Amino acid sequence: MVIQALAFYLFAGITVASAVMVVSSRNPVHSVLFLILAFFNSAGLFVLLGAEFLAMILVIVYVGAVAVLFLFVVMMLDVNVAQLRQGFLQYLPIGMLVGIVLLMELALIGGAWVLTPEIEAALGQPIPPVTEVTNTEALGQVIYTHYVYLFQAAGLILLVAMIGAIVLTLRTREGVKRQSISKQNAKQRSEAVTVVKVPTGEGM
Amino acid sequence: MLISDIQTVLPEIFLAVVGMGLLIYGVFIGDKSMRQVSWLTVFALITAAAMLYVFGSTGEPEIAMNGLFISDAFAHYAKLFILLGAALAVVMSVDFMEREQIIRFEFPILILYASLGMMMMVSANDLMSLYIALELQSLPLYVVASIRRDSLRSTEAGLKYFVLGALSSGMLLYGCSMIYGFTGSTNFDAIAAAVAAGGVSTGLVIGIVFLMAGLAFKVSAAPFHMWTPDVYEGAPTPVTALFAVAPKIAAIALFSRVMISPFGEAIEAWQQVVILISILSMALGSIAAIAQTNIKRLMAYSSIGHMGFALVGLAAGTETGIRGVMIYMAIYLFMNVGTFAIILSMRQQGRMVEGINDLAGLSKTSPGMALALTIFMFSMAGIPPLAGFFSKLYVFSAAIEAGLVTLAILGVIASVIGAFYYLRIIKVMYFDAPVEPIDDDMPRETKAIMAVTAFVTLFFFIWPSPIVDGAAQAASVLFGG
Repeated sequence: MVIQALAFYLFAGITVASAVMVVSSRNPVHSVLFLILAFFNSAGLFVLLGAEFLAMILVIVYVGAVAVLFLFVVMMLDVNVAQLRQGFLQYLPIGMLVGIVLLMELALIGGAWVLTPEIEAALGQPIPPVTEVTNTEALGQVIYTHYVYLFQAAGLILLVAMIGAIVLTLRTREGVKRQSISKQNAKQRSEAVTVVKVPTGEGM
Repeated sequence: MLISDIQTVLPEIFLAVVGMGLLIYGVFIGDKSMRQVSWLTVFALITAAAMLYVFGSTGEPEIAMNGLFISDAFAHYAKLFILLGAALAVVMSVDFMEREQIIRFEFPILILYASLGMMMMVSANDLMSLYIALELQSLPLYVVASIRRDSLRSTEAGLKYFVLGALSSGMLLYGCSMIYGFTGSTNFDAIAAAVAAGGVSTGLVIGIVFLMAGLAFKVSAAPFHMWTPDVYEGAPTPVTALFAVAPKIAAIALFSRVMISPFGEAIEAWQQVVILISILSMALGSIAAIAQTNIKRLMAYSSIGHMGFALVGLAAGTETGIRGVMIYMAIYLFMNVGTFAIILSMRQQGRMVEGINDLAGLSKTSPGMALALTIFMFSMAGIPPLAGFFSKLYVFSAAIEAGLVTLAILGVIASVIGAFYYLRIIKVMYFDAPVEPIDDDMPRETKAIMAVTAFVTLFFFIWPSPIVDGAAQAASVLFGG
């Protein structure tokens, strides 16, 4: 238990600290790197909770794809941090206000934590206990059966996102030379090469 | 999953598969297939509407897909008008897009998927299916808003819609997570049972309020309306015509279902919020519209106002109230589609105009168009015996029945103020001297849509029963009767 608690405080502490660094560091590349650190430590927290599937997904999707994409964009674009920061102090009071309201709401919820009697029955469904199956297996059991409707609908959303990205960005440019395999294969020797007899000493 | 499940969801599956088929067809033929793809989309939307009645004839609630999906008379009624609105928008877009050189075969397909998302929205029986459906509806709409990607205003409209839409989705999800946390389930029936057994806790109220904020954004009710005028103005006009009807019907129907079916017992928790956003929307819709000079912006404020009126029925929280909401949305569809058919045809020497002053003297240059627009404007202002009067009558009488007399009085006042700008358009058309005539080359389909919607708006009072009875059946199903 002690080791678990220590691990929790380690992961949680690094997560919070790196989250602070994400918003406060001057260099946007450093921000993204700290973001990756925050993701990794959140993944550690998930492992402590026994949700190893979520932990792996967090590492693969967020660190492997999203954060790298961020890094790519940050390096590609010339982001002027000084300019972005100009409004920082100006927005500080309103940001603090929103933060305080959210904090108070959280406190309110914490104070009024009442669970309905039915929750025991509702929570048990449909995932079996962690001791019997790993949660990856448990997810696999329900995702194509119990939640097939949501799974397919989510797939449609991705399809629409793909169509949207193509509609908004694909441009057919004029004058671009493309490879046409059928044209290449149909080409005859006679139309590509001419044999010229060069008289000696005269050149072409 | 059983065969009966598939049968219940068949119209949705049909649309999804047809969309993919059309996509492949479009990719092979290229952008010149836009006209064919558009008409095939219209055909698919109408077929889906027919399937609703062939396979789900009784209108009794049928729950499918492990409680994630519900098909009942309420969903059928809303879906019918959603599909009608989307189909009409596609029909009106064909000619417009060709003239404006926005030839993208994906356009009708995106609208098809947005309609699919809307159908899933009104059939949601679980917070998860609610959210997924909402995203499936929003994402194609963000794209079609900026379909004219070389125009700064169109891309700005799409971006603004996207960013604010993402924010509202965040609020909605936050609300959903709170509701899940405090009731132990995402299923509407289980939530209703938990609310009935355990009462309404503070956390649940916060959850409901956040959920309502997200939904109010989708129906563009004040104070979550900021995006509406800019998006309506920036998006190409057929897209605006779509935005003004189909997503609004879907969102209002979803709003009604969420408030009545899982939280019917918690009416004290949400009624005041609905009353507040209803009053704000009515007031903003009628006052802010007065200063507008662009007709698309005007229609945006007008639709904010109309959402306020529709929410009056929901605020009542009774069966007659929901019946009023459904009637209101059906009539709203006809008035708006007709008006947009006219806005789409506002051209001077081949170029689009959007100013209200460009309509000056329309009664002399094209009297048919002027007459139709007069009918729509009188109807929107709520002047008897046009359809718009009856739709307001149903919601206000429901509010008075439920004891919300102040709300009804405020609504009538807002509708009187709103009448000013509707009547101003009529004044501009009939009494101002024409500066430059509007081109008289309305496409056949648009003309037909204008005529039919004007006919429905004008003669609704003679035979109101198809709309009113359908709405009554839809409302009674929602209250479990």
